Amino acid sequence: MTTETIDLKTKLVADFYAREAVMNGEASSAFHQKKRAALARFDQLGFPTPKNEEWKYSNVRELISESYHFNAESSLGLADLQDLNIPEQVANILYFINGHYNEELSSIVSSSDQIIIDSLQSAYKKNPSLVNTYFDELVKDDTDAFTSLNTAFAHDGVFIHIPDNQTVEHPVILRFVSDARTQNVGSQPRNIIAVGKNAHVKLAEAFRTLGTERSFTNAVTEIHMDRDSGVEYYKVQNESEKAYHIGTTQVRMLDNSHFYAGTVTLNGHFTRNNLNIIIDGERCEAHMYGLYFPDGTQHVDNHTVADHCKPNSQSNELYKGILRDRAKGVFNGKIFVRPDAQKTNAFQSCKNIVLSTEATMNTKPQLEIYADDVKCSHGTTTGQIDEEALFYMRSRGISKPEAMSLLMFAFCADVVSQIKIDSIREYLENVIADKLASK
Amino acid sequence: MLSIKELRASIEGKEILKGINLDIKPGEVHAIMGPNGSGKSTLASVLAGREEYEVTGGSVLFDGKDLLDLAAEERAAEGIFLAFQYPVEIPGVTTINFLKTAVNEIRKYRGENPLDAAQFLKMVREKAKLVSMNDSLLKRALNEGFSGGEKKRNEIFQMAVLEPKLAILDETDSGLDIDALRIVAEGVNSLRSPDRSAIVVTHYQRLLDYIVPDYVHVLYKGRIVKSGTKELAFELEEKGYDWIKAEVEAVG
Ligand SMILES: Nc1ncnc2c1ncn2[C@@H]1O[C@H](COP(=O)(O)OP(=O)(O)O)[C@@H](O)[C@H]1O
Ligand SMILES: [Mg+2]
Repeated sequence: MTTETIDLKTKLVADFYAREAVMNGEASSAFHQKKRAALARFDQLGFPTPKNEEWKYSNVRELISESYHFNAESSLGLADLQDLNIPEQVANILYFINGHYNEELSSIVSSSDQIIIDSLQSAYKKNPSLVNTYFDELVKDDTDAFTSLNTAFAHDGVFIHIPDNQTVEHPVILRFVSDARTQNVGSQPRNIIAVGKNAHVKLAEAFRTLGTERSFTNAVTEIHMDRDSGVEYYKVQNESEKAYHIGTTQVRMLDNSHFYAGTVTLNGHFTRNNLNIIIDGERCEAHMYGLYFPDGTQHVDNHTVADHCKPNSQSNELYKGILRDRAKGVFNGKIFVRPDAQKTNAFQSCKNIVLSTEATMNTKPQLEIYADDVKCSHGTTTGQIDEEALFYMRSRGISKPEAMSLLMFAFCADVVSQIKIDSIREYLENVIADKLASK
Repeated sequence: MLSIKELRASIEGKEILKGINLDIKPGEVHAIMGPNGSGKSTLASVLAGREEYEVTGGSVLFDGKDLLDLAAEERAAEGIFLAFQYPVEIPGVTTINFLKTAVNEIRKYRGENPLDAAQFLKMVREKAKLVSMNDSLLKRALNEGFSGGEKKRNEIFQMAVLEPKLAILDETDSGLDIDALRIVAEGVNSLRSPDRSAIVVTHYQRLLDYIVPDYVHVLYKGRIVKSGTKELAFELEEKGYDWIKAEVEAVG
């Protein structure tokens, strides 16, 4: 007797070739050739195991033990979105349901001379060479199986192009909704953000799930920043207890550009975020903020890279987490300072509160410095609630649970306050306060 | 109001309080003096409900209730207030927010409706004026980066807002200049009434010029070894503690 095991990798590879077989001339396009190469890489790499140093504490075995219906059709409409309690905001709002752009739900308010916002599919139809200029260009010889997989299957997502000297007034909010009400679903959104010289934009990605079946999101966002540009980028994950999320945000910065990232993981069964910043310019500033609140058996892993390639730039990183129950957290922060990157200033900090003896946090700062005139510092702390502060509050009549939630909220405050899209910050303040008060 | 009988407490297995007896009637102010390390802060902490201390014997009644049975926050709601010898810095929580939470949690405990924002602000402004507490401090994170004097003043300000029945001031005067001392004392005196009491822990007679105590006790090696009236404070100021230590050793 044999037991059937679902081999997700074999299935995906077969799927790719089956689709390719029915493509017409498009199969020979430069765009498709990149996908083909990516599939070959994925096929060779396979899904990572804990033997892979980058995945030591994050085991995807459970994730790949079932199959997913990728890009599944969904009947989801406006009424269903009410359940998600989405804040109002004047913004360019784009909905992606199970990976498909949904034009009906979306609204674009900025003028097209300020910003070109299109779905990846539509942008590619209109101007394949423009899309191809930016697609899969930031990482050479990718060794990450998931980004390779995303590239191979890149199907939809957003394509944003901001012409030189434009400051986009209204933020762009990308809402990715997994409709897992009837089946396991998968999606692999691919977002391309090309920001021109001296152009500025605020951008958010929000990930949500509806339903109780599994969802698997494998997202990749590429952000190309030209000279003197500015990007504020927020990623908010409030997914279900059966949501698996692997995401990579890949950024390349040129001279004088400023990048701010805020990554907030509220919920989700298994989350892995990679934030990779190539600082390929002088006088750049890269800021990375992160917050995570895993409870139950949730797993949150943040991997970040600040790769300083040129002199006189700075990176600054602050990640904070509160872990409860049997939750697991992972933080790996890499700072590379290449030989040319003299006068680099790089700062990294990861602070955690662990509220249960069964919760664990693994932190690993990783500094590789090949220049001599640099300032780098890093520090990680993992501790409990400050007992002195707790007693002080209780001695003023504040109950223990209330005092705990006030202290935890205060712990998060310096990260939450970095989020400059008002509706998102207020939404987070409410959801975080609820989450901290619930136990 | 407060009746302490044969109170014993230890920390990390070390007995610090070795049988304290103290009776405080409504309206009375009791000063507690004594050399460093005698157990004054320990007594204050045990009364406020700090859980690290293990009470190993004795009893404490507060308005007829068994105080030792109550959690720290319940004691606060019953009307006990401790002004800390070393007030804690709490980054990320503003003084004003902290106090609003405290006031409304206590009101909830007493079955009262919460104060709305306007009522609360009005009350807080009045009390801030009373202790010359700068408005800008209220908006800052609790005690974070406050000077020593500002921290102590913040303790008295919180006391004024919470209007406790029994205030315990643990060396609130240490490190204060004479003007700050006067303000702190005025804050305490403004609360004096026939139904409010205070325990004032201090090293210095000078505070007692402003807050005149009904009784003065000397705590030494975990026991109250001498009690008297305010004249005892003058005597201690003049002669130090050696004669008391000698008396204690003589008795054995
Ligand atoms: N948290 C603690 N752990 C261990 N010993 C303590 C602790 N707190 C106080 N003590 C000890 O208890 C004794 C009394 O301290 P304390 O009450 O602070 O005295 P006082 O306030 O009179 O100066 C001292 O010997 C001190 O070292
Ligand atoms: Mg003391």
